[in-house]
Amino acid sequence: MDPSSLSRHSDFEWWIDPAGKMRVPAIIYAGEDLIRGMDEKVREQLTNVATLPGIQRAAYAMPDAHWGYGFPIGGVAAFDPNEGGIISAGGVGFDISCGVRTMRTTLTMEELQRSKTELAEALFHGVPAGIGSTGAIHLDEHGMDEMLRGGAQWAVERGYGRPEDLDCIEEKGRAPGSKPECVSREAKKRQAHEMGTLGSGNHYLEVQRVAQIFDAAAADAFGLKQDAIVVTIHCGSRGLGHQVGTDYLKSMVVEGYRPIPDRELACAPIHSELGEHYLGAMRAATNCALANRQIITHLVRGAFGRVTPQVSLTLLYDVSHNTCKIERHAVNGETRELFVHRKGATRSFGPGNPDLPPGLREVGQPVLIGGTMGTESYVLVGTQESERLSFSSACHGAGRAMSRTQATKLWQGRKLVEELQERGILIRTRSYRGVAEEAPGAYKDVNAVAEAAEHAKLARRVVRLVPLICVKG
Amino acid sequence: MSWEHFEHGSDIGVRGIGRTVEEAFEQAAIALMAVVADVSLIGHSEKVEVRCDAPDLELLLVSWLNAVIYEMAVRKMLFSRFKVAMSGCSLSAVLFGESADPERHHAAVEAKGATVTALRVARDPGGQWVAQCVIDV
Repeated sequence: MDPSSLSRHSDFEWWIDPAGKMRVPAIIYAGEDLIRGMDEKVREQLTNVATLPGIQRAAYAMPDAHWGYGFPIGGVAAFDPNEGGIISAGGVGFDISCGVRTMRTTLTMEELQRSKTELAEALFHGVPAGIGSTGAIHLDEHGMDEMLRGGAQWAVERGYGRPEDLDCIEEKGRAPGSKPECVSREAKKRQAHEMGTLGSGNHYLEVQRVAQIFDAAAADAFGLKQDAIVVTIHCGSRGLGHQVGTDYLKSMVVEGYRPIPDRELACAPIHSELGEHYLGAMRAATNCALANRQIITHLVRGAFGRVTPQVSLTLLYDVSHNTCKIERHAVNGETRELFVHRKGATRSFGPGNPDLPPGLREVGQPVLIGGTMGTESYVLVGTQESERLSFSSACHGAGRAMSRTQATKLWQGRKLVEELQERGILIRTRSYRGVAEEAPGAYKDVNAVAEAAEHAKLARRVVRLVPLICVKG
Repeated sequence: MSWEHFEHGSDIGVRGIGRTVEEAFEQAAIALMAVVADVSLIGHSEKVEVRCDAPDLELLLVSWLNAVIYEMAVRKMLFSRFKVAMSGCSLSAVLFGESADPERHHAAVEAKGATVTALRVARDPGGQWVAQCVIDV
């Protein structure tokens, strides 16, 4: 994207002023280099989002924004149902409530080095991953509905994890307003054997080391010390979420709100039967994702227990980056209840937010940003300014720099695994092609994205994490 | 008839080309399978029948590819051949494939769903049918 085509409000804030059918401006938070590398499609999609009814303040793009489905990935938009606001399946994404969860461990680097290979094997065999994998939990119709209502709370009640884990998950691990009856039979069938599975593609399970501390006070509040070992999971709502996305995208295209600038922006008024059904199904899928990450947490603890029984794992936080949530935000000096879409964007509540648990409320919400298996990831902390700037939102990852096809032409999976092993990073996978497609070089620079989020005041860098073990689907 | 992939920011586009719309749909399904695994490694000993319909041809392509994704997901299968018959905007098809085997197929990524992004079903000026859309992976 050509920066000169945008209106520059600061080094990290760029506007597309309202024109044509745009109801609000479109605002991109990124440095000039990131803007130059951004797909022209981001402008087109963000401009289209700005035309939707009920949109408040602006359509926002985070520093890692790229071409998505109707909404750009890295897009944030909030809608007021009382002004005809809509909900969009594309604005949430196919992998509903896909997100990142990070756990602290009491493992030291020395202990890890002694048992690294054994731990990698235990995690690889303990957490089902990849195409065709199934979990140990098989849900019948009643069990499925219970899970879709209860989310991570359902999982904890069944012995997967600990009650205190729930304090460190958005909405305490359970999205209210779930309607399992709005989830199709096909979606439930797709999920019947997939609970506790990681998936494939860019999903992963990593053991990471705290390599750098940017904000000592926040790192201390998060319980993260230099060289501490953490475990991070990136995955979502598996087959159920994908099918809910598929089902409702079609319904919204066929019978949703009209007119729209592009049918991939298919949506429905929040106050409509279709809108309410999608909301109920989307929240059910959110609970599926939260239950799934909770079960995987339990499996990870089990794997650690078999290799390093003295080590304990506690939850730092769990954030979803494909969501639509009801939140209270100030618009024109008035606090309103809005439906905030975050497609490839992370909520970033600042200090003092009452929705944060004690211990995090004083410092702000951890914002977990995933990188690649060969580079780094970040923990940031939400800022108070992000409420005004982006409805309390920040970025979610690096974003791809090239297609999967291009990546397989440039890298060989087996060679990449060997190279990373020489650098001390153990990769465990069932697909070398999958590794090649996810090559670190196929992604944009996550450092630049995290830095831009900080400069734009969306979130502040706390620690940088480097991978030691990575299980890929 | 042929198939190809095209670029999308984070995912991948599939394009089927054929003398008839049915052929273009079959080729688009092969392109979809090629996103997941090397199609030449997938056998064809088992068959699955699917039916779907939609208000127009373009949405029928999305429904068709989503039907293939669904069968892959619930049967834990991969497919290598497709036989499509269409009547207006209704489609019936036979999928030929086998159970997914991580050791043999090295499947790289699962398809989450076919989208309406870059969706197009049309005849090109040379008379060939083109059926394409982006797959979320």
